[in-house]
Amino acid sequence: MKKLTQNDVPILEALQKLKQMRIVPFDVPGHKRGRGNKILTDFLGEKCLSVDVNSMKPLDNLCHPVSVIKDAEILAAEAFGVKHAFLMVGGTTSAVQAMVLTACKRGDKIILPRNVHRSAINALILCGAIPIYINPQMDKRLGISLGMSVDDVKRAIEENPDAKAVLVNNPTYYGICSNLKEIIEAAHASGMLVLADEAHGTHFYFSDALPPAAMHAGADMAAVSMHKSGGSLTQSSLLLINDRISEGYVRQIINLTQTTSGSYLLMVSLDISRRNLALKGEEIINAVIELVEYARSEINQIGDYYAYSKEIVNGDSVYDFDITKLSIYTRSIGLAGIEVYDILRDEYDIQTEFGDLANLLAYVSVGDRPRDMERLVSALSEIRRIYKKDTVGMLEAEYISPKVILPPQDAFYMDAEEKVPLKEAVGRVCTEFVMCYPPGIPILAPGELVTPQIMEYICYAREKGCQLTGPEDMEINYLNVVKK
Amino acid sequence: MDLWFTESHTENVRFSVKVDRQLYSEQSDFQRIDIFDSCEFGRILVLDGFLMLTEKDEFIYHEMIAHVPLSVLPKAENVLIIGGGDGGTAREVLRYETVRHVDLVEIDEAVVKACRQFLPQTAASFSDKRLQCHFEDGLKYIRRCENQYDLIIVDSTDPFGPGEGLFTKEFYGNCYKALKPDGIMVNQHESPFYKEDAYAMQRAHKRIYDSFPISRIYQAHIPTYPSGHWLFGFASKKYHPIIDANWKEWKKLGLKTRYYNPKVHAGAFALPNYVEAIINEVE
Repeated sequence: MKKLTQNDVPILEALQKLKQMRIVPFDVPGHKRGRGNKILTDFLGEKCLSVDVNSMKPLDNLCHPVSVIKDAEILAAEAFGVKHAFLMVGGTTSAVQAMVLTACKRGDKIILPRNVHRSAINALILCGAIPIYINPQMDKRLGISLGMSVDDVKRAIEENPDAKAVLVNNPTYYGICSNLKEIIEAAHASGMLVLADEAHGTHFYFSDALPPAAMHAGADMAAVSMHKSGGSLTQSSLLLINDRISEGYVRQIINLTQTTSGSYLLMVSLDISRRNLALKGEEIINAVIELVEYARSEINQIGDYYAYSKEIVNGDSVYDFDITKLSIYTRSIGLAGIEVYDILRDEYDIQTEFGDLANLLAYVSVGDRPRDMERLVSALSEIRRIYKKDTVGMLEAEYISPKVILPPQDAFYMDAEEKVPLKEAVGRVCTEFVMCYPPGIPILAPGELVTPQIMEYICYAREKGCQLTGPEDMEINYLNVVKK
Repeated sequence: MDLWFTESHTENVRFSVKVDRQLYSEQSDFQRIDIFDSCEFGRILVLDGFLMLTEKDEFIYHEMIAHVPLSVLPKAENVLIIGGGDGGTAREVLRYETVRHVDLVEIDEAVVKACRQFLPQTAASFSDKRLQCHFEDGLKYIRRCENQYDLIIVDSTDPFGPGEGLFTKEFYGNCYKALKPDGIMVNQHESPFYKEDAYAMQRAHKRIYDSFPISRIYQAHIPTYPSGHWLFGFASKKYHPIIDANWKEWKKLGLKTRYYNPKVHAGAFALPNYVEAIINEVE
């Protein structure tokens, strides 16, 4: 057998071979290479449908890889510099959940910042682990939550020596990194695992110009969104592990919830993207950095807007900053980020990643062209010219420390539960999530007390046009709370 | 020899011109540039496979894009041309002696170089000292301009490819900002005939209509463009294109034109019903 190199793309090669063999399909999927669904085939293309196939001997099986998927995973592990990599087809959500479920059983404690993605807290509902939240520091001016301060993490570790793991965002949605190295040292010294949510940090593995990648800094597991900065298809992701973790056990955990019909479209996109990153990652990332640095400087010249970068680094809660992130403070023109986000899409046909109450985030990647960046910058300049108003009456975002009354699982599955009108929920214990999506960071998680401050925030976010999600009542006129 | 240049006007319609010989071909940073000698139309310039101008009919386009606004503003001094790398629009504008300065912003310097070499009929204007070229993205250039120009002429390619940004609301808004309080913007406005072109035309009009108090459309017959029926946009902060045309001043200039005259000017704003219908949908 020839030795695998980063030039190889085992899944792509297997699919190409399969097409040549012209196998007659008496297996699923029932569209049979697209022939059974002409409209879908016309829309997506015959090439695409012809490789939407099921697991079979020449293509391996995602639940139990022994050939081409195994090879693709070995190559991914080598490219990212880790012990093993799992191809994931349920989004980075599934990778984050696999990390938490691997580290924690029912009743185990896990230390995590409150500004985690909902997928992490969802995992706590599934496994019954208890969250020990760290208050992420807040930047008052920008109204964004930052990273974890090392002292806060150390204190949480001292106070909870029985905790099983520490979870870190590397980076946050806005590009902010914590001091990974010290957090990892402290956690390991107390026998805790370190899990990294690197949904926004795939590119860290392929550039020296960016903050360190979690696994290179010694983390035990990391969830990396290949479909974000890696260029693979939506919903494809990677789960990375290092030596302390058993590959076989993690695979068992993944198989608890993973589909048994893993999509080859997703897997081949991971395989191709991995090769691309391994061979050309640095070049791609440098091009993105150059484009974002240009945009930042142009946007900061417009006036009022603030596209921030490394100058916000403070040695602790902002230990490092991901300069590929284009986060723009908009409150200074009198508009919430979500309002600018809506105007950009409705008036200027520009879709950005998300807007919160004070910031707009434009996601920039290998696919962006300089001329598209000119459009974004020019549109922002126009929005300031046309819509600028004073900032009176704008809510100053601040970190609202959650009051955790019950573990998420106990609250979510609570029998003594009742539905109350939203405004009457103040003072009650919520049994479901409330969040703005994106970014999908919970304002309320199951088991938390609904305070007047939280209610004010929810109402203000709704008024500004944020898409609120989570509760059973999709209109969010009612909230489920623990019965009195 | 049987050599033909063919452009697809739609998926189902093709337009072909017999070519005598190919003079030039280059892939620039932005697009592929070709120049041919044709049997019927003289020299022709092709960008990314789309015919941009021919020596035989370019006068129609360039006269109509320049003289319509300049008869309203016969004393315009500062003019901005976005695109127009062939020099034809600048040639017509520079015929007005009152014009003191023309900025021409073309994203692709290679187009200007090729035209200066092979299309002197339009590109001779680049030797005029009143003309200053800027080789950069028009959208970027105009972001920095405020209250500066009497007239902006957007002589762009189609709303896909390098010219895409010149059909956007942010661009038109920035043009508004760059014009003086009585300024005018004229743009190449695509065709109303084929479905895809008509859609692009309608979108562009909506965006201009939203950005300027006066926004009208006028037309010309350009034999080598898809359907032959071509539109221009006239957007203005103050002056009406017909009522405010200054014929007294314009006639004094004694300009000789082959297509354009005061009657054509007024008539060009009279649009066929089906075109009015497309426009009315977004007004």
